Amino acid sequence: MIEETRVLLRHAEDPKMATISGYESYGGYETLKKALKEIDPEWIVGELEESGLRGRGGAGFSMGKKVSFLPHTDDAKYLCCNADESEPGAFKDRELMQRNPHQLIEGMIISSFAAGIGHAFIFIRGEYDDQADVLDRAVEEAYGAGYLGKNILGSGFDLELVVHRGAGAYICGEETALLDALEGKRGNPRLKPPFPAVQGLYGGPTLINNVETLSNVSHIVANGADWFKGFGTEQSPGTKVVSVSGCVKRPGNYEVELGVTLRDLIFGLAGGPLDGREIKAFYPGGSSSPVLTPAELDLPYSFEAMAEAGSMLGSGSIIVADDSVSIPRMAKRTSKFYRHESCGKCTPCREGTSWTDKMLERVVNGEATPMDLDIIASVQNNIMGNCLCVLGDAMAMPVSSMVKKFRDEFEEAIASEASAAWSASVMESAGAQSGRYVPDSQQPGPGGESPEVIRRKRLAGREIPSAMNGGGY
Amino acid sequence: MTPVMPSDFDPENAAPEDFVSPGLPVDEANTTGRVPLGDPEKIPDPADVEIPEDLREQIQAIVDKYPDRDHKGSPKSAAIPVLWIIQRRYGWCTPEGIVQAACVMQVTPAYLESVATFYDLLRTSPQGEHQVLVCTNLACWMRGGDELLDAFCEKTGADREAAGHGGALSADGQVLVSGFECLGACDLAPMASVDERYFGPLENADAETIVDQLEAGEEVLPEKALEKRGLAGGVAESSDPRVTEGKGPNR
Ligand SMILES: Cc1cc2nc3c(=O)[nH]c(=O)nc-3n(C[C@H](O)[C@H](O)[C@H](O)COP(=O)(O)O)c2cc1C
Ligand code: SF4
Ligand code: FES
Repeated sequence: MIEETRVLLRHAEDPKMATISGYESYGGYETLKKALKEIDPEWIVGELEESGLRGRGGAGFSMGKKVSFLPHTDDAKYLCCNADESEPGAFKDRELMQRNPHQLIEGMIISSFAAGIGHAFIFIRGEYDDQADVLDRAVEEAYGAGYLGKNILGSGFDLELVVHRGAGAYICGEETALLDALEGKRGNPRLKPPFPAVQGLYGGPTLINNVETLSNVSHIVANGADWFKGFGTEQSPGTKVVSVSGCVKRPGNYEVELGVTLRDLIFGLAGGPLDGREIKAFYPGGSSSPVLTPAELDLPYSFEAMAEAGSMLGSGSIIVADDSVSIPRMAKRTSKFYRHESCGKCTPCREGTSWTDKMLERVVNGEATPMDLDIIASVQNNIMGNCLCVLGDAMAMPVSSMVKKFRDEFEEAIASEASAAWSASVMESAGAQSGRYVPDSQQPGPGGESPEVIRRKRLAGREIPSAMNGGGY
Repeated sequence: MTPVMPSDFDPENAAPEDFVSPGLPVDEANTTGRVPLGDPEKIPDPADVEIPEDLREQIQAIVDKYPDRDHKGSPKSAAIPVLWIIQRRYGWCTPEGIVQAACVMQVTPAYLESVATFYDLLRTSPQGEHQVLVCTNLACWMRGGDELLDAFCEKTGADREAAGHGGALSADGQVLVSGFECLGACDLAPMASVDERYFGPLENADAETIVDQLEAGEEVLPEKALEKRGLAGGVAESSDPRVTEGKGPNR
């Protein structure tokens, strides 16, 4: 029977932990005091790099490396904690901020000290009003105790920390969109490079890290890189707070060493599927990750193993679907989300998410033809790698994995009675000889019409639902 | 190609449908809304705008919190928090509220409006006394989120179609019911955010209770509040020496 390894969530069930006195009674802020008094900032950066701590917000980039990219100049530098947590399936930062806000604040102060940063922000999603209140109180306490503000604990180091509430937009979790939102603009991603470490908030060098990444910092500084590497795998050191949800008995956040098996997480900790049900598929790293199947349950949960399996660990959020869930409908839910959240700046993402959603709607409504599946797949290929940020890819990856791994289910939806009648009539009017999709080059129709022409003919013959007529969102 | 306008076209007195070619659908969002203060819109002159003193101070205090207070031009970082203040005060981002905020921040009202319309939680139309956001994203959908939204609509009389596409007001205009994307509480699935606090897992019957409690001004379902929940894994003391003998916080 697997047990949790609670480092970040240790004593988290004690409500005292959310207050400064409670946190200090468990050894909180001792590391900060020591660091300011006797530790060289360079040593901290070195230890963070050496520890191999990888970003917990999605991309898994080495945190220490990111800190070391900041220029050693006197320019005003900034730290932004990414607490936007809007990826479907992710809810670990909520738990960390609500139960132990000072662990995050201490990590931010130490990171800022190490990198010579004078202004720090926590960008928290607007929906987390409760958690933002907790942070507001904690920041006030930290100012009161002299851990924030001017000349912290007599060290000569100054740091301002502002809790900034967002207002409901997934895209603001993307680091450059987050910067625009912090600057008071619509949250549209920026072109990279320049990367934020060089030119970020207000044009200054900026470090952006996730809540969980920053919450690890004081533990690493207190115990050293070798201690941290004692947890997890070689390429994924440390513990990870994993959000498990969907069709399981005990959904929730579980902190484990990276490298435990998915089976331990889903069955051991989260209790496995509901009674009488079986697992059909799961997203291993939030809704942006390609789905895996029960055959992959014995893989270790680490950045490298998930990448090798063709998926990703992402933010560390597992969403489990059981045999009662229709995969085409799950794909449709996924595309609906990304369609809604696309900021609209790049054509492949804006149009690609929208058309994928419309096509999947046809699939689940029994109005699709088999050729739609190939079009869906090709649309995904045209999104990936062609946009400013990876929001488009974040839809394309899971949707293509579902069409690929569960193609029979999509075909079944298409072959339903209503759908068969529909596609027969379409094919007839498009000049095709059978109900099956015939590649463009072999189209027997007069003039060898392209799929686009066929599609138009199809649309011409039916009423366009209002949702397709002006967005619907 | 420039669009050809009839020479007698008078934009001042034209009806919304005159702006589009005959036969094309009219998108109301493009033809209704606040009339701009001028073209190009100007930053409101403090002499012309009446602003309650406490509101002015509140806004100024937020502007002063951000490092761009020292930058040249108008500092804008406070835009979202200031719009939150306006929404909290007037119930939604009212045109008058936006002009007041723009006046203190010294930006154009159109600028603040462009920000407000980008974000789902900032509303540029009335949203009622109470807000119920029902998550219909993956985990909640699997556990009955759609049906929960149905139940809220049935109880309040909010239009189900509109509730699923941005939100709809209850029949009495007091409760906004809105289907919503993942609220970051999939462990509570199916769940809802009621006046900015999270509740779940909810049964369909809870919708009726919640709405009744809101109307009666009572505390909403205390036993299903997120704040009252413990960790999923319960109270667990680790015996791992790496954890127990480590230094730093949480010891
Ligand atoms: C569309 C999109 C949404 C994202 N949302 C989040 C988020 O909610 N929280 C987060 O920490 N990172 C999010 N990220 C990743 C950030 O861009 C960035 O990589 C991360 O905050 C860096 O922190 P880390 O290195 O500590 O992980 C998102 C990325 C994209 C493309
Ligand atoms: S990929 Fe999508 S979300 Fe990202 S910048 Fe382009 S349009 Fe916006
Ligand atoms: S899916 Fe409903 S809160 Fe995440």
